[in-house]
Amino acid sequence: MLKKTVLNDAHRALNARMVDFGGWDMPVNYGSQIEEHHAVRKDCGMFDVSHMCPVDLTGTDCRPFLSRLVANDVAKLTVAGKALYAAMLNDAGGVIDDLIIYFLTDTKFRIVVNAGTAEKDLAWMQAKAAEWKMDVTITQRRDGANNLGIIAVQGPNARAKVWQVLPQAKAAIAELKPFFAAEVDQYFIASTGYTGEDGYEIMLPANEAEAMWNALKDAGVAPCGLGARDTLRLEAGMNLYGQDMDETVSPLDAGLAWTVAMKDARDFVGKAALTANGQQKQFLGLILLDKGVLRGHQQVVTKQGNGEITSGSFSPTLQQSIALARLPLGVAIGDEVEVDIRGKLLKAKVTKPVFARNGKAVQ
Amino acid sequence: MSNVPSNLKYAASHEWVLKNADGSVTVGISDHAQEALGDLVFVELPEVGAHYAAEKEIAVVESVKAAADVYAPIAGTVTEVNQAAADAPESVNADAYAAWLFKMTPDNMADVDALLDAAAYQAVADAA
Repeated sequence: MLKKTVLNDAHRALNARMVDFGGWDMPVNYGSQIEEHHAVRKDCGMFDVSHMCPVDLTGTDCRPFLSRLVANDVAKLTVAGKALYAAMLNDAGGVIDDLIIYFLTDTKFRIVVNAGTAEKDLAWMQAKAAEWKMDVTITQRRDGANNLGIIAVQGPNARAKVWQVLPQAKAAIAELKPFFAAEVDQYFIASTGYTGEDGYEIMLPANEAEAMWNALKDAGVAPCGLGARDTLRLEAGMNLYGQDMDETVSPLDAGLAWTVAMKDARDFVGKAALTANGQQKQFLGLILLDKGVLRGHQQVVTKQGNGEITSGSFSPTLQQSIALARLPLGVAIGDEVEVDIRGKLLKAKVTKPVFARNGKAVQ
Repeated sequence: MSNVPSNLKYAASHEWVLKNADGSVTVGISDHAQEALGDLVFVELPEVGAHYAAEKEIAVVESVKAAADVYAPIAGTVTEVNQAAADAPESVNADAYAAWLFKMTPDNMADVDALLDAAAYQAVADAA
């Protein structure tokens, strides 16, 4: 039995093509995935991401708890509403999950974790809170009473569309810098996203999600499926948990060194392993020069040895196939490498791991 | 709803087959297949002159979502490929029965007659 988000009926009413996405019955597209992708780059689209799990932390030890729990440093969160992207590691330095932490007050934080990892994340957090004897209460907000829906509205026109639908929130959210959140009445509105475009992620009581979805649709926001969400995040060079990294992969080998605060004295779970192992691989982009489509798990042949594609697809913005890949140290941006696609070695160019943002190709 | 023309034969692996007057057959993927794959972005065609056993991988169609093999619906030799479909993969989404992929000379024409008819293929597509 697949799990359903509160917007399941709305997707079916729009004739979405539904797929089993990690045990969730989710829309992959509502027609053309490529058109949905372009809608987000050029105008405005929305995604049901209610399968992701908000987790509320309350208590006097929120900061010391998070400081030990994740590889990024919550000391960077000094202004109320600020968000931080962070990896939660195991003792071996592998990534249990990547998550966004919103700082509300010193006794109240909100975290959003991935759908497929929510149960193990919660169990890990609870175990650590008990082990460290911290005063922190951990409450998931996805299932059961007081659950939340999440709608991501993304694209150059996303802000204006949300102001139109939620005029009472405009004053609080109009000037939100990227990676901030504001609470307005029952709405939690964040300027975060997973597309490389401006926009908001709106968390709201689950029983209001369908009315919000329909109001946004009536305002001209294009419903977009998880298919477009994947090509948008790939173009933006954003990692996907389970594909680009998992519990066996160090954040240093997954392009996440920028989220790992190693230098100061602060200890966190996995730090000793990261210090001992260092960086073993590089996480870079590829653009296929021959015809074909790059996909996860394809082998990459370089002068320095073999690497592997972690995520690949066709880029609607570049009109070429692109990928994120884990490559040997020594491979340089601009190098030409070969990718084994069904036994044929095709030429690809090594790039920075970002391809398009804010409506434009960046390669 | 997908379109299943009654003048064609079908393989359960979602290829359609049209018998031509010259003894060759034309092969493409069904409307159901293109719809399930979504926006196609790459088509890899077989080589003219190559011989394939029935149910062997003969071509590849890739959408933004996934790669899918196309199987030889019958044993035979490739006589012609539709480069226009490879140059514009979206043409297969627009009309899967106009944008054929390749032509074959069957080893045995009776193999074509043994393929699924439209009603039988519709049942396969509905179950998928």
